[in-house]
Amino acid sequence: MKNFIEVRNVFFKYGESEESSEEKYVLDGINLNIHKGEFVAAVGHNGSGKSTLAKHFNSIYLPTTGDVYVDGINTKDDERLFDIRKKVGLVLQNPDNQIVAGIVEDDVAFGCENLGIAPREIRERVYNALEAVGMYEYRKHSPEKLSGGQKQRVAIAGIIAMEPECIVLDEPTAMLDPQGRQEVISTVMKLNRELGITVILITHYMEEAVLADRVVMLNSGKIILEGTPKEVFSQVELLKKHRLDVPQATELIYQLRGCGYDLPPTVLNEEECVDALMQILKK
Amino acid sequence: MSVIKAQNLTLVYGKGTSFQKTALSNVNFEIEQGEFVGLIGHTGSGKSTLVQLLNGLLKPTEGTVYLNGKNIWEEPKKIREVRFKAGMVFQYPEYQLFEETVYKDIAYGPKNMGLSEDETDKRVRSAAEFVGLKRELLYKSPFDLSGGEKRRAAIAGVIAMDPDVLILDEPTAGLDPLGRDVLLSQIQNYHKTRKNTIIFVSHSMEDIARISDRILVMNHGEKLLFDTTQNVFAKAEELEKVGLRIPQITKIMRMLKKRGINVNTNILTIEQAFNEIINYLGT
Repeated sequence: MKNFIEVRNVFFKYGESEESSEEKYVLDGINLNIHKGEFVAAVGHNGSGKSTLAKHFNSIYLPTTGDVYVDGINTKDDERLFDIRKKVGLVLQNPDNQIVAGIVEDDVAFGCENLGIAPREIRERVYNALEAVGMYEYRKHSPEKLSGGQKQRVAIAGIIAMEPECIVLDEPTAMLDPQGRQEVISTVMKLNRELGITVILITHYMEEAVLADRVVMLNSGKIILEGTPKEVFSQVELLKKHRLDVPQATELIYQLRGCGYDLPPTVLNEEECVDALMQILKK
Repeated sequence: MSVIKAQNLTLVYGKGTSFQKTALSNVNFEIEQGEFVGLIGHTGSGKSTLVQLLNGLLKPTEGTVYLNGKNIWEEPKKIREVRFKAGMVFQYPEYQLFEETVYKDIAYGPKNMGLSEDETDKRVRSAAEFVGLKRELLYKSPFDLSGGEKRRAAIAGVIAMDPDVLILDEPTAGLDPLGRDVLLSQIQNYHKTRKNTIIFVSHSMEDIARISDRILVMNHGEKLLFDTTQNVFAKAEELEKVGLRIPQITKIMRMLKKRGINVNTNILTIEQAFNEIINYLGT
């Protein structure tokens, strides 16, 4: 499979002056390849470097040393900055900070307008994007009146209207209620599965991370664990040691296994958990 | 006598204008001294409006809030005292730190209450201890603290007023799993020691399940349920209808029951589920 994003030996620290040379690296030797169409979740405690890494994917931050390539373009290449930002869209945590217009469809159009796209095409893209996130019927509404989940989906529509190949979402559900969280995550899954958009999701919610193709776990600026959700969430001890959670379903099975019950090494959701428990409870 | 009593509480924004909106309609409940009450509801359900009415930041259009048996708006000039007695920690309170040092920031509330310097000092130190802020941090600028430390400093500032009722609006939002666990135990510990009343607003059903005695569920500006934690989470279908859900662990137990395993479904934590399953297997 083709690598869409390549992170090669990236070190990063804030500030460039001589004085800051003592400061520790926020990213401390990251190597990571992300394939086209892949859904990758990045987890790690606050300060682990995951948001800093995310901001390297569309040239908001540039590596102190090392390189990041997006579809073969080095993110340090100033002249290709526009191309990179067109390819990789970023969605942030707080939907209120991302809304710029007074009407939903204008807000979604904002990014496209800046790309200099013809008005007729913008309209088509905006409507398609709003359809994709399930917000078409709200196109004439004021964003202020929407719920958190709806606002966040409008923010995502604004990104996909620019037709990026990859979306990076930095804790997009942290401020949302359970339903809002569900809406945003199903939208993200749909974009990945149906439109083939590469997705990089940064999250504290392990219930979301288990949905990814691959989970990357960061600690102190290093990748310390990487694999399918099943592989990663079988390492309950290691996750806890690094201040992370596992889903309650995973934890329950893990504890019962600890008492010697014959259960599968990893379950990721309630259905798998119940299926596994039925094996020992039915007897 | 209840510490807080809401009687026919109604709040209409922009009354008589074309923007008129009923944020809260005819809400009634009583909270007993020393209770730990969880407050849940989807975005826009009226949670924030309600807590702002409880400490006099908003004035009800109709109805009355009683604090320790007294109508809080009986003497509007004394409304400030109500805010000392019903201390409010807003969402993302770290954005409200403003003093030169953490110490001064925490001391701001007690000072405004007119307490002596000695008493203020005592309050600041004990509040800092409750939230686990190290002594040396007290003399730093709040802006030099980490995100989690800032959050705790802001909470300490309200605790230092020693309120009869402590209202926390999503105090764990945006924290990583360990930061969240630590803060929750600190709040629990504070509650146990001071034996005051706590109203805890959260979108995390797992957190709410773990710490609340009773849960108040809001929906479209109305009180939907106010009952013990177990009774509320026994109403999974009702909660899902209003955009909420039950903790994953509770759901697992209910699914087991549906598949013919006769387990107790009044389960709120992993520990309880673990014990229930071990018991079941033992019999």
